[in-house]
Amino acid sequence: MNLSDIINPANLVYEKTTVMNDTPMHYCPGCSHGVVHKLIGEIVQEMDIQDKTIGIAPVGCGVFAYNYLDIDWQQAAHGRAPALATAVKRLLPDRYVFTYQGDGDLAAIGTAETIHACNRGENIAIIFINNGIYGMTGGQMAPTTLNGMKSSTSPNGRDIPTNGYPLNITTLLAQLQGTCYVTRQSVHTVATVRKAKKAIQKAFENSMLNKGTSIVEIVSTCSSGWKMTPADSNDWMVDNMFPEYPMGDLKNI
Amino acid sequence: MKGNEAVAHAAIRCGCDGYFGYPITPQSEILETLTELEPWKTTGMVVMQVESETASINMVYGAAGCGKRAMTSSSSPGISLMQEGISYLAGAELPCVIVNVMRGGPGLGTIQPSQADYFQTVKGGGHGDYKMITLAPASVQEMADHTVLAFDLAFKYRTPAMVLADGIIGQMMEKVVLPPFVPRRTDEEIIAECPWATLGKPADRKPNVINSLRLEAADMEKLNLALQSRYREIEKEEVRFEEFNCDDADYIIVAFGITARICQKTVELARAEGIKAGLLRPITLFPFPVNQLKEYAKRTKGMLTVEMSAGQMVEDVRLAVNGKVPVEYYGRMGGIVPAPDEVLHALKDKLINSTVEE
Repeated sequence: MNLSDIINPANLVYEKTTVMNDTPMHYCPGCSHGVVHKLIGEIVQEMDIQDKTIGIAPVGCGVFAYNYLDIDWQQAAHGRAPALATAVKRLLPDRYVFTYQGDGDLAAIGTAETIHACNRGENIAIIFINNGIYGMTGGQMAPTTLNGMKSSTSPNGRDIPTNGYPLNITTLLAQLQGTCYVTRQSVHTVATVRKAKKAIQKAFENSMLNKGTSIVEIVSTCSSGWKMTPADSNDWMVDNMFPEYPMGDLKNI
Repeated sequence: MKGNEAVAHAAIRCGCDGYFGYPITPQSEILETLTELEPWKTTGMVVMQVESETASINMVYGAAGCGKRAMTSSSSPGISLMQEGISYLAGAELPCVIVNVMRGGPGLGTIQPSQADYFQTVKGGGHGDYKMITLAPASVQEMADHTVLAFDLAFKYRTPAMVLADGIIGQMMEKVVLPPFVPRRTDEEIIAECPWATLGKPADRKPNVINSLRLEAADMEKLNLALQSRYREIEKEEVRFEEFNCDDADYIIVAFGITARICQKTVELARAEGIKAGLLRPITLFPFPVNQLKEYAKRTKGMLTVEMSAGQMVEDVRLAVNGKVPVEYYGRMGGIVPAPDEVLHALKDKLINSTVEE
């Protein structure tokens, strides 16, 4: 195959989504955020909903999501993204409204807004990045930090009597009558990336079907916060995060 | 009708798109009236009772970010809980209306009326340098009128606006002429008025981002300077006040809201005794009627602020007067409402008799 064959449109095997712009990413090497951003961009492009999509960015590493995806965004106060999304969707019911939140944002400071938005069955998609740590502020303990897992505020490992249990909020949200689709995915292999994309797309589609709230948890790595190489992070995630946060659908109605 | 009910009626009539609230005495009639009137069946206005004041103010943020006319209401403890959101709204330059029907504090306090949230409102209760347009209604009529005016000013300046009432104004019943019906704006009208609104990005424009984050110090200072210049413009253009018997007054009482109504009677009592008293009622607390007070400082013997607080607005009157004449304070706290003769006594005691002694 020569160069002219390679650049022949008929032989195109991969194309970067036009919904993602060329802004250099601030995410660390090996971080899951970039992959999930790309998936959202691809879905928005393939569903042709760029003019109908409004994203709600969190506080945390994902705060700059608005720098990378060329859609309208609102940046929320810490934890309040589901409240913003509620209002946007109620006032603009024909738009695709999604939140993009980390574990600290969604499962600690924003627990009330998360649970009540889901319990009302708001027709929104919640993309939940769970890496078990506060990435943006430098690796502090999160509600989802595993038992014994080290962080800058649990230097000897999470201690259950002191810090309580890891909060499996997605399992909790699946119990609520307002949720229609609750799933746990990851993006550490080609196969899981494809599955995660289908899950996110389904969550986006659900938001127009008046079925209730969809939550896609992406169990993710934070190689900087975990102080591991990206490859080691993936292995560590599979060995340690997956037993606590098992992959698959928790609810799909 | 009640002042609180007037707010609800006025909101529907002025094309409000969304109300998000949480019950708290003495303002729950706003949410109750809205749910009884069911405007979602007529104008399409969204009305939601949500899980907390934190959620309500952030829903206001989300709605306002779409260029919608959004509002919430609460009373003092609930407004305290909203301060984070108000700071974000100011930082993201979002127009919205917040109604505070004040009750006595601090803490859970009392459900009786108060004006002790003056500092919180006009000095910026949340973090950072921001101001909020503040209207102080003194009647049920003004509860309706100020709800409409607050929306107009908020959108004119892209800033949150507060209607700062108290438990009496919220609860008392008076005749009111409701504002005319204005339809809610269409998406096209919102795009024309609010090109920054997040309604979905068409192919021919860049993404709109509602945001108060500026990581670079220089960018953050630029936003601050822009906000401050807008506040200076508001101070220049939007001062509103009402005067009663001020023309020939030796003594000016300064009071807002229900306290101004009480002090009007005090002025009548004083005049009957030959004391030349007048009343200046600030209608806007931010912007404050600084220049008018400066003028009166040149030709009066003293001023008395009357407040249902420990004396908060008195500081702004003193700043305006800048030592030209004595400025004293009289007030009650914790839900006690001062009586007209009580105020007259304070006027004599603090200004007239002490001036004679000097």
